[in-house]
Amino acid sequence: MQRRTILKGGAALGFATMMGGKLAMAQVLEKVKAGFIYVGPIGDGGWTFQHHQGALAVQEQFGDKVEIVWQENVPEGADAERALTQMALSGCNIIFTTSFGYMDPTNAVAAKFPDVKFEHATGYKRDSANVSTYNARFYEGRAVQGHIAGKMTKSNKIGYIGSFPIPEVIMGINSYYLHAKKVNPAVELSVVWAFTWFDPAKEADAAKALIDQGVDVIASHTDSTAPLAEAAKTGGKVIGFGQASDMSEYKPSPRVSSIIDNWAPYYIKRVGALLDGTYAQVDVWEGIAGGEVLIGEITDAVPADVKAEAEAMRDAIGAGTYHPFTGPINKQDGSVWLADGAVAPDGDLLGMNFYVEGIVGDIPS
Amino acid sequence: MLRLEKRPSPSRTWAWATPVLAVVLTMIAGGIMFAALGKDPVEAIRTIFWDPLFNPQFASYSRPQLLVKAGPLILIAVGLSLGFRAGIWNIGAEGQYIMGAIFAAGVGLALYPVETRWVFPLMVVAGIFGGWLWAMIPAVLKTRFNTNEILVSLLLVYVAQNILASMSLGLLRNPEGGGFPGSRNLSQIPAMANPELIAGTGMHWGVVAAFVVVIAAYVLLQRHILGYHIKLAGQAPRAARFAGVNPTRLTVLCMGISGALAGMAGMFEVTGPAGQISIDFNTGYGFTAIIVAFLGRLNPIGILLAGLLMALTYIGGELASFMLSLPSAAIQAFQGMLLFFLLAVDLLTNYRIRLKKREIA
Repeated sequence: MQRRTILKGGAALGFATMMGGKLAMAQVLEKVKAGFIYVGPIGDGGWTFQHHQGALAVQEQFGDKVEIVWQENVPEGADAERALTQMALSGCNIIFTTSFGYMDPTNAVAAKFPDVKFEHATGYKRDSANVSTYNARFYEGRAVQGHIAGKMTKSNKIGYIGSFPIPEVIMGINSYYLHAKKVNPAVELSVVWAFTWFDPAKEADAAKALIDQGVDVIASHTDSTAPLAEAAKTGGKVIGFGQASDMSEYKPSPRVSSIIDNWAPYYIKRVGALLDGTYAQVDVWEGIAGGEVLIGEITDAVPADVKAEAEAMRDAIGAGTYHPFTGPINKQDGSVWLADGAVAPDGDLLGMNFYVEGIVGDIPS
Repeated sequence: MLRLEKRPSPSRTWAWATPVLAVVLTMIAGGIMFAALGKDPVEAIRTIFWDPLFNPQFASYSRPQLLVKAGPLILIAVGLSLGFRAGIWNIGAEGQYIMGAIFAAGVGLALYPVETRWVFPLMVVAGIFGGWLWAMIPAVLKTRFNTNEILVSLLLVYVAQNILASMSLGLLRNPEGGGFPGSRNLSQIPAMANPELIAGTGMHWGVVAAFVVVIAAYVLLQRHILGYHIKLAGQAPRAARFAGVNPTRLTVLCMGISGALAGMAGMFEVTGPAGQISIDFNTGYGFTAIIVAFLGRLNPIGILLAGLLMALTYIGGELASFMLSLPSAAIQAFQGMLLFFLLAVDLLTNYRIRLKKREIA
């Protein structure tokens, strides 16, 4: 409860500063230098790769009116603050910080460089007028994956490789489980926490642990292709999904579908706004409807009827006729979260720290 | 044909020339690597070694950052060098660094929100104790059961990392953090913060401690009987035993000092630049300090310079990575080359190269 009021207060403050800042900020830039801070290497084949594709799309779109610079493998801590400061000092007009853990460094550095725009992915703090936040509704893609998982599992055991127990990941787990359970009431979910965003060895270990438990459908919330590589070793027994990127090299199986993070439209829009002087502080959370979340091709390893159902769900979410968190939904302890027909408010999702009813195990605390 | 001939005694000139030669060779080999990646090698080397110090745009920010980055490296490396000189190999400074930070943060947060100026010194003591305690495990196992301190200390790093993850998620987690892993931000709590002492200099208590420790270690090695024992144990273990050096006592002392200093470094880092206990709080200072210790010839003054040089390659490497779009792996390879060349040319200290005609057998 307390956290939600903080969020609301923050939103109000953000809006106020936006209105105040808009007048001062409406200036047209001739040339924009855009910086990108990455948590992994651009060759991770997943999360960072997709952000970098977005950066390259900006370059493609604006040609020599834009210069892009990036720094990969920036740890989420003291080093991030230095990397950000150096980028700002080097003359960047806008800096995208593309991991949750950059939240405090982004806000700290932004306060020191009021003329530089900062864009933080997946965070919620906008302490000064030059900080915007953007995120994608990945839980929408998780719903589609859950549906496929529930239909495809033979052992009735499905798995999820969690990165960190933060709301972003927990809402993905809940969405995945709810939609698997809906089509297969016997389904059981195992969650393994890797406590990393990118570490192929740890991700592979997590996948192995799940496979050893008899899991035959694995979804992952980490950045590399290692879980799919492990699934590929089982000779078709275990399937999984591309995460963040299409990971099409594992088609048609074990990769039967994917969630593709499509940041290019947002990056082009924001850099374009700097160029034409319409830039303003925002807090953006788009999903399938806005094109930020794409569902990668569902391969023929999935039966045609299941594929059709999954695509219908994707289209319904995109059209706004279906919300993946629609009541009745109970929390793990049996208490009511959403009444029949109620739709989860965004504040609940952004602060989600509980499993839904039916998931076994505890969120690490 | 080239032949190696052992010098009667290690060359003093080469002992000091090899680090310089290693840096030069690293620049040349690194330049070739950067050129192979399609970047201008001269510009890359200049960005790494020159820009952090003298670039008009950055230098005022980067120079203080050198101290921030070098502080923990020097603090840990000086401690390690004492053991290395005596032939006691503490490879687990990273773990001791983590435990120092956890103990310090634990004591501080247990007292939260007490606001007296005694909290910070208490945390320093706790940090030292945490690092010392973690180093005592391999020390006692070695002296009691003759285990290998290299393996035990190294493996304890992974134990410490798991304790760190558990602390960030459990005991030390910020109760007002909305469920996110990580402790309260200690650098924002006045009683626990380790701020810049003079704004814009990068100088914090950890850097001050590093300088003090350098001087103390210098005096210890030059003037104190313990320093003499350490050197003797490394150079001539048998002679040391005859001279009455107690190897058990020496192991416990050297491991203890290096653990305590690593713990202290962790304490200053968690209350200052890092600010909080988090799952990826440690960024490899404990391992890099091993390179720094050897680059500095296990000599306190040398370590001071080596620490600053290493910090320069970090800060400059970061600059090069985004200004020239160099992959971060290339920067890491560049830093690795430094140790590689250092160890390679180190041979010249103990051997000389002789040209000799092949003799017919």
